[in-house]
Amino acid sequence: MQLTRRNAILMGAGAILMTGLPLRASAAGEDAIAAFTGGAEVGEGDIKLTAPEIAENGNTVPIEVSSDSATEIMVLALGNPTPPVATFKFGPLAASRSASTRIRLAGTQDVVAIAKLEDGSFVKASTTVKVTIGGCGG
Amino acid sequence: MISRRDFLQTSMAASAILGASGFGQWGRIAAQQTLTQDQLLEFDTFGNVSLIHITDIHAQLKPIYFREPSVNLGVGPNKGEVPHVTGADFRKMYGIDDGSYAHYALSSGDFTALAEGYGRVGGLDRVATVINQIRADRPDALLLDGGDTWHGSYTCYQTQGQDMVDVMNALKPDAMTFHWEFTLGSERVQEIVEGLPFAALGQNIFDAEWDEPAELFPPYKMFERGGVKIAVIGQAFPYMPIANPGWMFPEYSFGIRDENMQAMVDQVRAEGAELVVCLSHNGFDVDKKMAGIVKGIDVILSGHTHDALPEPVLVGETIIVASGSNGKFVSRVDLDVRDGRMMGFRHKLIPILSDVIEPDKEVAAVIDEVRAPYANALSEVIGKSDSLLYRRGNFNGTWDDVICDALLSEREADIALSPGVRWGPSILPGQDITREDIWNVTSMTYGAAYRTEMTGEYLHVVLEDVADNLFNPDPYYQQGGDMVRTGGLGYRIDISKPQGERISEMILLKTGERIDPSKTYQIAGWASVNEDTEGPPIWDVVEAHIRKKGTVSAPDNDSVEVVGL
Repeated sequence: MQLTRRNAILMGAGAILMTGLPLRASAAGEDAIAAFTGGAEVGEGDIKLTAPEIAENGNTVPIEVSSDSATEIMVLALGNPTPPVATFKFGPLAASRSASTRIRLAGTQDVVAIAKLEDGSFVKASTTVKVTIGGCGG
Repeated sequence: MISRRDFLQTSMAASAILGASGFGQWGRIAAQQTLTQDQLLEFDTFGNVSLIHITDIHAQLKPIYFREPSVNLGVGPNKGEVPHVTGADFRKMYGIDDGSYAHYALSSGDFTALAEGYGRVGGLDRVATVINQIRADRPDALLLDGGDTWHGSYTCYQTQGQDMVDVMNALKPDAMTFHWEFTLGSERVQEIVEGLPFAALGQNIFDAEWDEPAELFPPYKMFERGGVKIAVIGQAFPYMPIANPGWMFPEYSFGIRDENMQAMVDQVRAEGAELVVCLSHNGFDVDKKMAGIVKGIDVILSGHTHDALPEPVLVGETIIVASGSNGKFVSRVDLDVRDGRMMGFRHKLIPILSDVIEPDKEVAAVIDEVRAPYANALSEVIGKSDSLLYRRGNFNGTWDDVICDALLSEREADIALSPGVRWGPSILPGQDITREDIWNVTSMTYGAAYRTEMTGEYLHVVLEDVADNLFNPDPYYQQGGDMVRTGGLGYRIDISKPQGERISEMILLKTGERIDPSKTYQIAGWASVNEDTEGPPIWDVVEAHIRKKGTVSAPDNDSVEVVGL
């Protein structure tokens, strides 16, 4: 059977592949974190990052960050070509120090949120979001 | 406080003594003489609440054969833990005698001989009898359906799920959650759900656009039974738009959303719930992890991964009950709820042995009625099998080998890919294969048998991607299917490695040559989640193949080498 061009295009399972393997963090991500923290140590604590374990659509992944005592929260997608996603700033009168948005992920990678707290210290939360070809669910 | 003694009051294991001893002597008459319906259903009513759980029926209205897996590997914290224990190891673990009906129903090994002795399993008319008997003991028992109900057969496809809706309505469930139902398309799902006489639950079914709970699917429902306030919280399959075609239900978003689950548990407790039941389609390992994170769930009725366990698994103070698939089992869970707490339980996983349990006449009539218009199409014999055809197992099943052979020959491909779904009944050696049998292992709303080109490199990426859905050590990253089945392709898999390093030694079987990453291969497959996939329906491809062959065989398949156990 001759494979026509039309068949090759329409029957492809391959078109949606974004990337094959988990993406590693690049130096650009570390540089962005260093610029945000001024090189200060980053601990764990009052920062929450909510993201799906497996993205339903890697082009628009809903994430949410929150903290009771943050003045700024920086979000990074460490495997993206440009890791910094957004930095949210909260004033002292902010009713709720949380923000949600949708981000694009180039592939399976770690998403990181770093908060600068009122006392000047930095805390971090991280989660892996998987971007998969899909199919084959029981 | 729950005492250990109460937790040990499960009764399946004890029933194994009913079986005879020895192998290969299972005359049907002998099996029937040793077993009665009363013995199968025997239960000392306990406490003040009864739950009845059935899940993953996959539209199997009539009795079938269903072989449990011999390969079901656990990774990470679940290595060697149930449900990742099979065959003789499983029987040893639960004290089940070789050759007993519990052996036949719950584990692999000597399947053909035992199937000839004990007969078919399932049939919703038999399930109805079991439910009625439990209701005779406890009239206000809650009947909960874990989903994957409106999918998986010829009649379900032709009626867009109406056959299952009609029959299930006759069983009078109290609540349900969902997975494959959504592959009917959101419009049809909405149409059915709006007319359901019971609750359609899913705390994790969200509106995709606004990321807020979907109105049509409430997170939970409160019941009052035996003087106890019971909250049933639904948990739909978390990875619906990933494992199945999201374009068929673009309005909805899912996910595990265990934080929202915790919020719902807290909310129902605040509303006075004394017993919190989660009706889940997470899959067993995901439920285990969730039970360790979300506090305050008493019972998780677990579905999706099709595991049948004779005893609940305890995580903290949560019991997890797994009730099998394809109509083969019903779980009864009796609970003693006092002073706002679960104080103890008694549990039985009841195998629906169709020759032992009397069909319920009313439900049998409903089943006959929904099937009648399709009787001729269903019963037409297409061919025969001289091997046992089954599907369950992590890497290959003989039914999938036949399907892959059909794809290779009918679609003239180098390599065939068949999805690692866990539904689909078995065929005994020598049994006729009817059109209904073929549809039972292929029916779906996106069954186009595509043909495409893939480079060796891309094929490797596909296998790695699917393998990670199965062998990622964190259950929250698993989707609950088995490995994609391959025809014409051999490979080695190391399940202990991370994604990208598991698959090696890929061989094109017809030449014996290694797969070349830069070379292009002709690939045939089915069940693509991509919109506008073209090709003949897979059931037509399989039917044409079996018709040509007359009798199909599935010789031993050692094309996948598994290491890293």
